[in-house]
Amino acid sequence: MNKYAVALYDDEDVLKSGIKQLQSAGVKIHDVYTPYPVHGLENLVGVRRSRLDIAAFCFGCLGVSCAFLMMWYMITYDWPMDIGGKPNFPVISFIPICFEMTVLFASYGMGLTFFIVNRNIPGTTPRIMDERATDDRFVLAVPLTASDDQEAVNALLRDSGAVEVKQKEAAY
Amino acid sequence: MHDITNDICKPVEGKPTKAWWIGFIFSFIGLCLWLYSAGYTMTVGIGAWGLNKTVGWAWDITSFVWWVGIGHAGTLISAILLLFRQNWRNSINRSAEAMTLFAVICAITYIITHMGRPWLFYWALPLPNQYGSLWVNFNSALVWDVFAISTYFTVSLLFWYIGLLPDIATVRDRAKGVAKKIYGFFSLGWTGSVRSWVRFEAVCLILAGLATPLVLSVHTVVSMDFATSLVPGWHTTIFPPYFVAGAIFSGFAMVQTLLLVMRKAMKLENYITLYHIELMNIIIMVTGSIVGCAYLTELFIAWYSGVEYEQYAFLNRISGPYWWAYWIMMTCNVISPQLMWFKKLRTNLAFTFFISIVVNIGMWFERFVIIVTSLHRDWLPSSWVMFHPTFYDVGVFVGSIGVFFTLFMVFIKFLPGVAMAEVKMLLKNSSEAAKKRMAAKEGKTYRFSPETGGVVIATTTTAKKGENHE
Repeated sequence: MNKYAVALYDDEDVLKSGIKQLQSAGVKIHDVYTPYPVHGLENLVGVRRSRLDIAAFCFGCLGVSCAFLMMWYMITYDWPMDIGGKPNFPVISFIPICFEMTVLFASYGMGLTFFIVNRNIPGTTPRIMDERATDDRFVLAVPLTASDDQEAVNALLRDSGAVEVKQKEAAY
Repeated sequence: MHDITNDICKPVEGKPTKAWWIGFIFSFIGLCLWLYSAGYTMTVGIGAWGLNKTVGWAWDITSFVWWVGIGHAGTLISAILLLFRQNWRNSINRSAEAMTLFAVICAITYIITHMGRPWLFYWALPLPNQYGSLWVNFNSALVWDVFAISTYFTVSLLFWYIGLLPDIATVRDRAKGVAKKIYGFFSLGWTGSVRSWVRFEAVCLILAGLATPLVLSVHTVVSMDFATSLVPGWHTTIFPPYFVAGAIFSGFAMVQTLLLVMRKAMKLENYITLYHIELMNIIIMVTGSIVGCAYLTELFIAWYSGVEYEQYAFLNRISGPYWWAYWIMMTCNVISPQLMWFKKLRTNLAFTFFISIVVNIGMWFERFVIIVTSLHRDWLPSSWVMFHPTFYDVGVFVGSIGVFFTLFMVFIKFLPGVAMAEVKMLLKNSSEAAKKRMAAKEGKTYRFSPETGGVVIATTTTAKKGENHE
């Protein structure tokens, strides 16, 4: 069981300034949970920009290669057919399906990567600090160790503008 | 923010309203009609429909193209308007995306039912088979269509579902008992942590970037089903852009119809406002004008080409036995949207609803005109015939509308119909913008104060704007 001090804010600006204040006091922040994406927060908390775009690009390349190879194999290599005297290697006719498969692979490749890195897997227990984080509260969690003075941490959190401070024990 | 959550979750958490039940029962009757008509068609074959040797495509492909077209607006709203940073899309994108999915489902039911032997639908897929691996013909636009429509459906589904995750999590965190378990399962353990939001936004943006060319490609490919043939009236290069514009036009009309119903049935008048409806009407007007231009261009090119078959095909549309279908199309699609130039009319809810229905009817007739009037005059005058729909033609179509609305009604009952997280963000940003505007008006600038935890006046400029004038 890990122990956390959980602070709830009711405004994103207060949250941002609170984080700065806590960081200058040397408090380590576990994570922040917000009801909507708060821009600028990722820089404060030190989250790197997402590299899912690279994943999408790689999966897209895989998609276009698979589509091209599939069509080439089927109607050029495996069973060349004479359809109205048209060529057996019609690269221009390959374009629509190559495009669709690129989009399909890029979307699903990226989507699945997103679910996996985000641990969005069916049946997982959500690592919730406070249920109001998906409603109207901005929730900040600070890990507590045995040597921490809980009262001091609480006071610090309250000073930073939190409207509510509580303790939480969680398996995560 | 808590009020937003309450308002949007209310239809999901509470008992359904009377309006919802009425809508659901009517839709469900439609669904039953579909089950009967489509079931009968599949049992006895497409001889149940009014098709004949000359007119081999009629209500089926008309309705298929109509549904695919309707499906375009959802992705347009959620993807293209996202890329253009049109924030007003936020209250309507969720229902528009759902509409896309359901419309494409209806389109797919048509692909299946019109096959005659629907159990062999997998013949359209490039699968190894017992005929010495006789693969599908990749030169055929119909094969491209299989890939385009299925990709469009699956990608739209992913886009919609990822967008829903945070809102399902909101419902989960408010629910109790079994509902909590079910929503918990579908929320995939979403927490709203900083990292997940960063990834979420990246995914949404890239998906929007991917879906934008996809949505254009889908109707382009659908139009190629016609354009790559040699039938006069079909064999035209204008088809791809013309079909895409028509798709957006009809899709927005359908979104308009649905939004007007939804805001009433679900009491979401504060979220889907007159402002949204007016903007949608403007898009309907613009795309309607593009469609009108395309109709006129078609006529001009038919004359200018000097090809007598082409000229006959268009003359026959205007004044042949199906003249009424052509003029319904012209009135509904070209003339009626022009009324939206008047602000009084485009901000009138009843009129908007009326026009949205009119446009839907007009766009159905557009496809009917393209398909049936082009086919019914064959190269051989001895095979010239008329097409007469049977009960099952009408039944499958009316039934598919029932399927669509049943799915939509179930959706607005069980999932948040408005993207909550996005509306909350919009509220915050617009209130910030409003604060700045007010400050500029008063000659003050505000800044955030960590000491007080609120916004304070930073500077007050004494010279007011007007004072510089002599």
